[in-house]
Amino acid sequence: MEIFGIPHQAFLGQLLLGLVNGAFYAMLSLGLAVIFGLLGVVNFAHGALYMLGAFAAWFLLEKLGINYWFALVLGPLAVGVLGVIVERLLLKRLYKLDPLYGLLLTFGLSLIIEGVFRELFGASGQSYPVPELLQGATDLGFMILPNYRAWVVFASLVVCMGTWYLIERTRLGAYLRAGTENAALLQAFGINVPLIVMLTYGAGAALAGLAGVLAAPIIQVNPLMGSNLIIVVFAVVVIGGMGSIMGSILTGLGLGVIEGLTRVFYPEASSIVVFVIMVIVLMFRPAGLFGKEA
Amino acid sequence: MNTTSLSTSAAPSMTQTAKLIRVTYIALLVFAIVAPLLGLYPVFVMKLLCFAIFACAFNLLLGFTGLLSFGHAAFFGSAAYVTGWLIKSHGVTPEVGILAGTLGAGVIGLVIGAVAIRRQGIYFAMITLAMAQMVFFALLQAPFTGGEDGLQGVPRGALFGLLSLESDTALYYVVVAIFVACFLAISRIVHSPFGQVLKMIRENEPRAISLGYRVDQYKLLAFVLSAALAGLAGSLKTLIMGFATLSDVHWSMSGEVILMTLLGGVGTFFGPVLGAGIVISLQNMLADKVGSWVTVIIGVIFVLCVIAFRKGVVGEIQAYLERRSNRKG
Repeated sequence: MEIFGIPHQAFLGQLLLGLVNGAFYAMLSLGLAVIFGLLGVVNFAHGALYMLGAFAAWFLLEKLGINYWFALVLGPLAVGVLGVIVERLLLKRLYKLDPLYGLLLTFGLSLIIEGVFRELFGASGQSYPVPELLQGATDLGFMILPNYRAWVVFASLVVCMGTWYLIERTRLGAYLRAGTENAALLQAFGINVPLIVMLTYGAGAALAGLAGVLAAPIIQVNPLMGSNLIIVVFAVVVIGGMGSIMGSILTGLGLGVIEGLTRVFYPEASSIVVFVIMVIVLMFRPAGLFGKEA
Repeated sequence: MNTTSLSTSAAPSMTQTAKLIRVTYIALLVFAIVAPLLGLYPVFVMKLLCFAIFACAFNLLLGFTGLLSFGHAAFFGSAAYVTGWLIKSHGVTPEVGILAGTLGAGVIGLVIGAVAIRRQGIYFAMITLAMAQMVFFALLQAPFTGGEDGLQGVPRGALFGLLSLESDTALYYVVVAIFVACFLAISRIVHSPFGQVLKMIRENEPRAISLGYRVDQYKLLAFVLSAALAGLAGSLKTLIMGFATLSDVHWSMSGEVILMTLLGGVGTFFGPVLGAGIVISLQNMLADKVGSWVTVIIGVIFVLCVIAFRKGVVGEIQAYLERRSNRKG
């Protein structure tokens, strides 16, 4: 059986791979959007935090013998705590300045984090085994589905939807949205805004860390895994516009799938297709697909 | 009464500062001319001047127009490749190679600029970064760039087919001449009516629009000029070092030029030159001693600059001089 002249197993395989990548784009761009909304900081260090999450999982298993399922909680927690420290020590000083300084500061941070890890581990990767429960593949009749990849897509969808629910449907989320609109007014109503800001950055960092733990068994865990990804995620954010949570999720997944399909039909262009789409979107809808501002 | 006395007392100190600046520049130029005689390694000074041009070009955009490009490596690197390829594979003379690289970077700047100026502020930075990454992948796959190896062993050739540049000293004076020309050109651009409009766009874009200026055209022209000058720096770099590689077009190069400008002083004339000097010297001194800790050190300087030293070296000196002259007044 073939689809557009491509063996359908290869086609569906790339589609699934695209969906997996899209799941990472969605989780990372979601974190970027939430942080930008409240802090006005474009977090360049998001890629480095994602890398830290993967290394945390590797470290827990390799040095402490703590398995994947605990790493899924401990990894993001560790990255989140680091995020809180960064916010308290550094980012806090920049809120009254041009948002460009936040980008530059987090760029410097990612250089530091990546440089330290490259010195410790070199540029080569560490491998992390797929947890026993998710090894192997399921035959769906029309395709062989690797269990772990299916799990990544499922888990990230649950996390994305959970984040959406938290922000759009709960009281805490309402504070968050109010803070995005007008932080001074929210403070005047007696809400501890600095606390919310701190926790938001921590949560965004934890989200990046969680993506890193999820990614650890599929890719080689290496110091540069984040910096290559973050630039694509920036393009995803420009395409989607940072205005809407659901927009970030849909754009991330959609672009991952498009990238996967490009790898099937025209492999040479797969590394630039997201950027090409960004250019096209900017021509016709400069604010991004889900953006609000003109 | 009060205002007149203030302005008359401020005027002499202004001319004093201007005189001081002029004397400093002349002293630096004389120093640059005699540097090879003093035993300074010419290739190092050339590399420094080349990155100084790069940083000045970047500063034209960030300092005087208020646009943060995170993709200037695309112009620097693509020009480096174009020059290297033309000289190595087609045997053109160096001045043709440099001109072609500069023009090529200008054209890429026109395309990237036209897309990027559709958004402002933080989005502008992200778009330029993404577009530069696209250029990176395009050059990685292009047939003439030598992929992961890059272009190695690019000969320097002879200027206009007459003057051999194989000796470091000959090339050195060519680079000094080009640097001085670039520095004067940027100063001319900034002080022209066009440059004043750019400053207005930086200070208050809606105001500029309401006064009837087509800000997009001004921004685009500034972007193209900055890209072309960054390309000139990249072309020179190929000529000086004899190679063009992927690291010239990598995003970390865009980061480095930002750091040079920030460290020296955004929006000052001499800041980027000084910043380039500090960063290049630092890399030179540390490279064989601490290995990849250089990246960490650069990152730490970045963080410190943003947190506590946003005016940069030259900016702080200017602020100090201003405070002093105010106290006197």
